[in-house]
Amino acid sequence: MINLTPTELSAIGLSLKVAIGVATAVLFPSVLLGWLMARREFPGKILLESLVHAPLVVPPVVTGYLLLMTFGKQGWLGKHLGMELAFSWEGAVLASSIVALPLAVRSVRMAISLVDRRLEETALTLGRSPVWIFLHITLPLAWPGVLGGVLLAFSRSLGEFGATITFAGNIEGVTQTLPLAIFTALQMPGGENQALRLTIFSLILCILSLIISEVLTRKTIHSYEVKDRHFS
Amino acid sequence: MKLKIDIFHKQGPFVLDTNLLLEGSSIGIYGHSGSGKSTLLRCIAGLLRPSVGLIELNNETLFDSDCRVWVPPHKRRIGMVFQDAQLFPHWSVRKNLKSGKAKRTELPYTEEQVINLLQIAPLLSRSVQDLSGGEKQRISLARTLLSYPRLLLMDEPLSAMDARLKSRILPFLDRIHRELAIPTLIVSHDLSEILQLSDRLILLKEGHVAAYGTLDSVVAHDEMAELIQEKDLNQIIGHQLRGRDTTPDFYHERKISH
Repeated sequence: MINLTPTELSAIGLSLKVAIGVATAVLFPSVLLGWLMARREFPGKILLESLVHAPLVVPPVVTGYLLLMTFGKQGWLGKHLGMELAFSWEGAVLASSIVALPLAVRSVRMAISLVDRRLEETALTLGRSPVWIFLHITLPLAWPGVLGGVLLAFSRSLGEFGATITFAGNIEGVTQTLPLAIFTALQMPGGENQALRLTIFSLILCILSLIISEVLTRKTIHSYEVKDRHFS
Repeated sequence: MKLKIDIFHKQGPFVLDTNLLLEGSSIGIYGHSGSGKSTLLRCIAGLLRPSVGLIELNNETLFDSDCRVWVPPHKRRIGMVFQDAQLFPHWSVRKNLKSGKAKRTELPYTEEQVINLLQIAPLLSRSVQDLSGGEKQRISLARTLLSYPRLLLMDEPLSAMDARLKSRILPFLDRIHRELAIPTLIVSHDLSEILQLSDRLILLKEGHVAAYGTLDSVVAHDEMAELIQEKDLNQIIGHQLRGRDTTPDFYHERKISH
């Protein structure tokens, strides 16, 4: 049995807390953005797509710095917020969410694109409104993809480093997630053992989250079959 | 039913330009692939917005580009049956049947009537995935009927079926028209289906109305000679023999020569 130090326990707990926060935070925007990109044509669509996907190519440190300029104590939005996001665990959630959002949006967009448009058209001719159709036809059929996207964001946030350290800092017990704790351990003389233990935990968490993603996706598909039998 | 369609729609190189006043209870739309049959139905259903024009159903404006009137498809009460049944795969047969929104307070027919008419009672306990093509299409028809449309559009409802299945479904379509009294517009590239189900016919050619009128008058139209297929000749002659024989001579000549 590995005995974990309070620092390690705190890093693992904080990583999970931030990852759950990210999964919750990206759910609604990823569904909205994924639907917009898959189903709607509007002026500025290419610009919106580029902005959403920018964190995939922009260095995470740049993302963190931009967040600091926006939401920092003296940031143009931060000074009106009444709460300090920078250097807090909520800030770590925001930074990780921005970095993980494109992955979730891509997955949701793909899932919605795969839903046969003719089903939506059929529902329209049956007298159902676009909102009803989205909630009862499109979203349930795209749900495995939505879930997959959210869990991908969860997994991505477990590995987030650059944007978090720039925007939320590396404060033990407050914003020091697993990658930051590994980085700190590697900076200390004789910290290799701690870094190795945290690396193993990091790998276990990432693989577990991917397994859960797969199980949940299969469960969702299975639940359709059960529901179908139940109604019939 | 009184349906006025005066529309112009351009989609790439294709142009649909129709000006029609349709009166009758069962109208067929016939033409080759790419003649604009489905586009016309989609414009009427509201799934496609014409470039310019006017669509009125029973004196209610559904689309008027001049007055900027556009009634969205879910508010038109126009049902549409597609080539593929388009059943919602994540729902049961029963839930599919209940997915239509009935906007009428006084219903002209009951759910039981529809179930009996289409003989789908044994299918209600089945899963959508377990249905055959013909069964799916009957459920699709029932679902559309239970949304209580004031006009029923059918876009090649039988084209995905083999001849045996077609012969089983055709009587159901005929009964919908006769027993439930819903005005119907049926698109097909198979003239025999139209002859069995319609009392008037629109002949579409390259996005334009080449002819419109009773079956006899359109079948006798010159443009039909180019469109008619060999397999339809028997049907036409059979149809004419059942009624007044106005079959043009060239049909008889072609029939005799084969």
